[in-house]
Amino acid sequence: MKKIIIREEYCMGCRLCEVHCLVQHSKTKNIIKAYKGEYPKPIPRIIVEEKGYVSFALQCRHCEDGPCLEACITGAMYRDKKTGAILLNEDKCIGCWMCIMVCPFGVISRNGEGKKIASKCDLCMGEKVPICVKNCPNEAIVYEEKK
Amino acid sequence: MNYVIIGNSASGIAAIEAIREYDGKNKITVISDEPYSNYSRPLISYFLGKKVSLESVSFQEEDFYKDNKVDLILNNKATKLDLKKKYVILADGRKISFDKLLITTGGAPIVPEIKGRNFNGVFSFTTLSDAQKIEKYIKTNKVKKAVVLGGGLIGLKATEALIELKIKVTIVELADRILSATFDKKASGIIEAALEKIGCKSITNNTIAEIKGKNSKVKEVILKDKKKIPTELVIVAIGVKPNIELVKNRAINTNKGILVDNFMQTNIKDIYAAGDCCEAKDSLLNTNRPIAIWPVAKRQGKIAGYNMAGWKKEYQGSFAMNSVELCGIPTISVGESCPEKEGYQVLEYFAPEKSIYKKIVIKNKRIIGVIFVGDIERAGIYTSLIKDKVDTSDFKENLLKEDFGLISLPKEYRKHLVTGEVAIL
Repeated sequence: MKKIIIREEYCMGCRLCEVHCLVQHSKTKNIIKAYKGEYPKPIPRIIVEEKGYVSFALQCRHCEDGPCLEACITGAMYRDKKTGAILLNEDKCIGCWMCIMVCPFGVISRNGEGKKIASKCDLCMGEKVPICVKNCPNEAIVYEEKK
Repeated sequence: MNYVIIGNSASGIAAIEAIREYDGKNKITVISDEPYSNYSRPLISYFLGKKVSLESVSFQEEDFYKDNKVDLILNNKATKLDLKKKYVILADGRKISFDKLLITTGGAPIVPEIKGRNFNGVFSFTTLSDAQKIEKYIKTNKVKKAVVLGGGLIGLKATEALIELKIKVTIVELADRILSATFDKKASGIIEAALEKIGCKSITNNTIAEIKGKNSKVKEVILKDKKKIPTELVIVAIGVKPNIELVKNRAINTNKGILVDNFMQTNIKDIYAAGDCCEAKDSLLNTNRPIAIWPVAKRQGKIAGYNMAGWKKEYQGSFAMNSVELCGIPTISVGESCPEKEGYQVLEYFAPEKSIYKKIVIKNKRIIGVIFVGDIERAGIYTSLIKDKVDTSDFKENLLKEDFGLISLPKEYRKHLVTGEVAIL
């Protein structure tokens, strides 16, 4: 399957990926409304880590043997048979946070507003290229077939 | 070749999936003494609290069994094993023969010998039918007050469900704090305070000495210190033990649970065990013991399934961990979060006014346990450091910083995480 490859040496820490990710996962898909007017407030599913000159964008690695899949007590976390992506069925999620406990990358977040459920990268299902990759100005994340 | 699986929960289902990765052809039979096709036991409290419907307690779709060509025998208990002739005898007398057998009989509630425990309105809280019985009893008897015996995870989840149903709950716990298995005083204190705020009292260092009733229904509990608490419902949730009734005193070796090797096989060839009923490797304590949690049951079932199908795969071991949100406060505890012996260092951040507590236990430069209350963001990174036994010398001072992340870790380890595939827990 195609995966998002992280190239930290190219990341400038501009956080455009975070902004685009948040808007993409908002109800309105409008940047101002997404940041200023939606409840529950959408949260980005990508994390930019930064320290000194090092920075990188990180999101779900869609692991081959994902610990989150095993930890999920409701069956909300599942692998999409077509794309191989690990997705979350938000209707089934009850917010027990077992997935947060086991994700070695710390890329599943607790969406504490509204119905408290987990939040993670869905590779922008339906988009040819995930929105974070598409909008990275420096190709610090690229979408490629993993060797 | 006949695969037979006794038990139809986390381990059993994981085993079916694993077997079918390698063997699409041979027959799989699953035997369950419960009437439901499958359901997630950790969800019974959500069901009781009306947060999850009866339809949504299942964690596998209905056509799972058909898709995987599984013969599902429900409502029928495996009562005996004939190890020589290799068959399972069911309660209705049927014999199901096997070439490879997996025992995933799960856990059974520990029910203490309390005087009066046979009154109506006294329940265990382990299965979906327990939850349904409690639901019905509450409705018929218009229950307004309840006592939960046991302040562990199951007791607290039961408490939370009862509170959702507007029932006033008193928790009675033998230890000096609730959640004593994984929480220290500070962590428990935050949850106890939150419970108190919503009118739920926790009585610690105490237990029920006697249950009293009237017209066969529970009316009151008398505690060890003679204190009386009027109640209409008692939930006994002091713990679970491996359910090994089927194999006890037979050729299969048991201790507390069924003993297995790192391939999840018992001492008898072709007979495997997985999940809450067995004792497998604890990679943190370097011993074999039951770890009755969902992800471990899944993992063990999967490993057992692979090995049954002939693909040798070794279990790397697991360790205790749990995550649960109580009173709106998310909590996670992993590994040896309250070690008793000396020789470890504790890093902590404690802000009870914000209901936040973070604790990291370090021994020989490695994290052996953590507790997170109120703020669980990125907790899995710590779990991963425990699992991989990573030397924290170079980044220890960053462990509790707000911006702690993969970037805080040694570059090599970070690269290994980001570029490599993740070895599972």
